Amino acid sequence: MIRVESLRKKFKKLQALDDISAVFSSGQVISLIGPNGSGKTTLIKTILGMVRADSGHIYVNAKPIDGDPGYRSKIGYMPQIGRYPDNMKVGHLFSMMKNIRTMPDAELDTDLLVRFNLVSIFDKPMRTLSGGTRQKVSAALAFYFNPDILILDEPTAGLDPLSSEILKEKILQEKKKNKLILITSHILSDLDELTTHIMYLQEGKMIFLKDINTLRRETGEDRLVKAIAGIMRTDKKNALWIDEVLAMKAGKEHP
Amino acid sequence: MLKLTRYVLYDIIRSRVVLAYAVFLLLVSLSLFNLEDNPSKAILSLLNIVLIVVPLISMIFTTIHYYNSYEFIELMLSQPLSRTRILLSEYAGVAISMITAFLIGIGIPVLIYVPDAVGATLVLTGCGLTLVFTSIAFLASVKARDKARGIGSVLLLWFYFSLIYDGLVLLILFSLSDYPMEKFTLLLAALNPVDLGRISIMLKLDVSALMGYTGALYKEFFGSNAGVLFTSAMMVLWTAVPLWTALLVFRKKDL
Repeated sequence: MIRVESLRKKFKKLQALDDISAVFSSGQVISLIGPNGSGKTTLIKTILGMVRADSGHIYVNAKPIDGDPGYRSKIGYMPQIGRYPDNMKVGHLFSMMKNIRTMPDAELDTDLLVRFNLVSIFDKPMRTLSGGTRQKVSAALAFYFNPDILILDEPTAGLDPLSSEILKEKILQEKKKNKLILITSHILSDLDELTTHIMYLQEGKMIFLKDINTLRRETGEDRLVKAIAGIMRTDKKNALWIDEVLAMKAGKEHP
Repeated sequence: MLKLTRYVLYDIIRSRVVLAYAVFLLLVSLSLFNLEDNPSKAILSLLNIVLIVVPLISMIFTTIHYYNSYEFIELMLSQPLSRTRILLSEYAGVAISMITAFLIGIGIPVLIYVPDAVGATLVLTGCGLTLVFTSIAFLASVKARDKARGIGSVLLLWFYFSLIYDGLVLLILFSLSDYPMEKFTLLLAALNPVDLGRISIMLKLDVSALMGYTGALYKEFFGSNAGVLFTSAMMVLWTAVPLWTALLVFRKKDL
């Protein structure tokens, strides 16, 4: 469904994306992982057309993305930091998006809207919402139009455990509908039960893109964190990062 | 297109700045018409206000609006809408609201007190200047990364068009006073929309008799039908070229 061909992007001196090529198809849940500044968000924004690549091509459903912006009607996007017009009320935001995407009410997916209980805050302006509530709005908007492709940038960051669980359940449901889901997250344990493929980025380069079973077989580890740790240890620079992740996790589990 | 413009307009009206602008212009024009016995004297004072205030407010308001609606633009970019459409809708929203404010504040009083060709020219010039400077401000804001730089460059542009340019023209005319410069001054006037507006109204006011030989030449050129056509064409160019450049920059921009 999405084909990326030798994508490159440079921000001044920083090589944000360095020759990335990949194919994502429906039914897959791709986890984009890597340290901060490894190019995950840039890759996502390039697929959405918000960042213009220096070279390379992206095809969504076999059509190049730089022509018709209509391909974005197939995509639901949940940004890392959802920024919305300050004065707009939550209910107005949803009705505006509905108006722009022109989708009949019957086809809308209001599941998250109901489960996050967002209807009760429909008359609150966006600027009064807390960070977590904003994330809920972003999530509900991403799923609202029942898109074939879901792009979720750090979906569970800032959500309380209950809401985070609701969102994960929702992602699992959508996965069963044979949709393509792209997720970035630093919380590897969240991805464990969702993901089918891991794409590992570092300094703009794609280190690997593997399906989770191959990864488990190759490393002999069942847990995602340990499987990735096993791969990363072979490389010194990566080993440092993954050791930090493990140390932090250990610290959390045994305070 | 109109769908998006509606939301832009809604946002602008809620902020009430445009309302304050309309009330300010209305107060100024009503007090001028009531203080002066001779309406054409009032028109002359009003002319100076139009030439100074309209460009300044149009540019500052446009720039602030652009940076304030950055979130809205970002949100729209992840939707199936082309960048051209998004920017043009923003432009249409700002231009419509500024022109409406101008028509309420200056247009209606002028057409009541001076319902002749002079009044009509003043109103048309004001509308033209609003369109021109809104478009220039869009170019400046799209090019500048942050708000401070955007507003700074817009203020510089305003200084240039309202004060510095006239100084430069005088300097050129004085240092080249030995040569026949009449035709050349026509060209110089066309390169500044504020001067174009000033000349076209001054000629209607018949004060051109005070301007000597050059005034006679201006009257012959700008007073003719060809001159009116030329002035309008220059105003259209001054609107279209910056807006077109802004679109080109915006289409390539990373957001």
